[in-house]
Amino acid sequence: MGATGILMTLGLTPSQTVGPFLAIGLTWADGPAVVPAGSPGAIRISGQVFDGTGSPVPDAIIETWQADAQGRFAHPDDPRPDSTSTFRGFGRCATDDEGVYAIVTVKPGPLPTGDGRTEAPHIDVSIFARGLLDRLVTRIYFPDEPEANGDDPLLRSLPQSERDTLIAVFDGENLRFDIRLQGPDETAFFEL
Amino acid sequence: MMPDLPTLPNYPLTRGVHPPLLSPDYGSTRLRAPLNGLRLMPQRLTEVTGPLLGEGRVAPGDHDLTRQHSGEALGQRIVVAGRVSDEHGRAIPNTLVEVWQPNAAGRYAHAWDQHPAPLDPNFTGVGRCLTDSEGRYRFITIRPGAYPWRNQPNAWRPAHIHFSLFGRAFTQRLVTQMYFPGDPLFVQDPIFTSIPDPAVRERLVCRWSPELTEPEQALGYEWDIVLRGSTTTPWEQPGS
Repeated sequence: MGATGILMTLGLTPSQTVGPFLAIGLTWADGPAVVPAGSPGAIRISGQVFDGTGSPVPDAIIETWQADAQGRFAHPDDPRPDSTSTFRGFGRCATDDEGVYAIVTVKPGPLPTGDGRTEAPHIDVSIFARGLLDRLVTRIYFPDEPEANGDDPLLRSLPQSERDTLIAVFDGENLRFDIRLQGPDETAFFEL
Repeated sequence: MMPDLPTLPNYPLTRGVHPPLLSPDYGSTRLRAPLNGLRLMPQRLTEVTGPLLGEGRVAPGDHDLTRQHSGEALGQRIVVAGRVSDEHGRAIPNTLVEVWQPNAAGRYAHAWDQHPAPLDPNFTGVGRCLTDSEGRYRFITIRPGAYPWRNQPNAWRPAHIHFSLFGRAFTQRLVTQMYFPGDPLFVQDPIFTSIPDPAVRERLVCRWSPELTEPEQALGYEWDIVLRGSTTTPWEQPGS
């Protein structure tokens, strides 16, 4: 932006589908390991991706982005003065033949909104697949945070039925977060 | 008590650019596009930050898809290069660019691609690089072939290279496809034509570049990529 405040405008590049062969270009051996397995506080979040008939989607990729356990980002646009995080914060996992993905990470800390409220611990999720012409965006929240979830501004903006689609469920020691692209229990997806 | 936040960058949504998720001519959207509509996600800390994936993700030579095996890949060598910026023309330096594509015969090195075209043992079709300080990227590869698919009778995908970009914020993440100029297959391709505005479709078409063309070596194509722009930049934040 110049001193005059006039913004130059270039045409935004449009999105296209990743197609069925995304695994060639987008998978990494350490993609699912946001933290190495066995790290202090490591949790496993897994789930299945389903289409509108309830069939598993075997050619999707899930990407995650989140703060560290203290609620900090290793990013210069985290403006809090004492942010010194080196946390990778990013995970990616392609679904397998049963539509299953899994990541290993830590539970992020809560975040300030800047206007005195607090966001409950959450993980932002992008979903790419054949048949998705643009990425889908959703969020994973944690089932052991009923109070924080009850105060979370984004969850509060949703009807209860949609809110429930964003809260992972306990699966033994792990967490399960299924993603339903379409249908009666469709996951809440976001425009941002 | 949590400290107040200084002003965060904001990445306004430019409408009318991306394809509608439900685009029935592209058959795979019918059972995969959400039908309940998208809710608004205000941009807060998680959305205005994003993974800054650096050097550890790119090995020397990852930008040259023609020399990843013992022999040279078959096909027409090409250079594909351009600049990654935001909508305000600001370069996006040091950002990861990932590409994948089929070989010159139009076949992907993937178990699910069974179309009867030859595989090339010297071509995997995956590349990575980081943009430089001016947001520039450059790949050396093989011009990909068109290939048939089963979306509609006698359907063929126009030649394309898949591109994945991160930018510097979760809001800027983009996966798309780059096409080649003058392809007669555009008109019958429901993925290309899923973009409603024909002028916007052209943003995915590279142009032949005499400057990027290397004599007796490779044809050059230029393709610039524009990610969402922010209304503030980090160095313009008050108090920083």
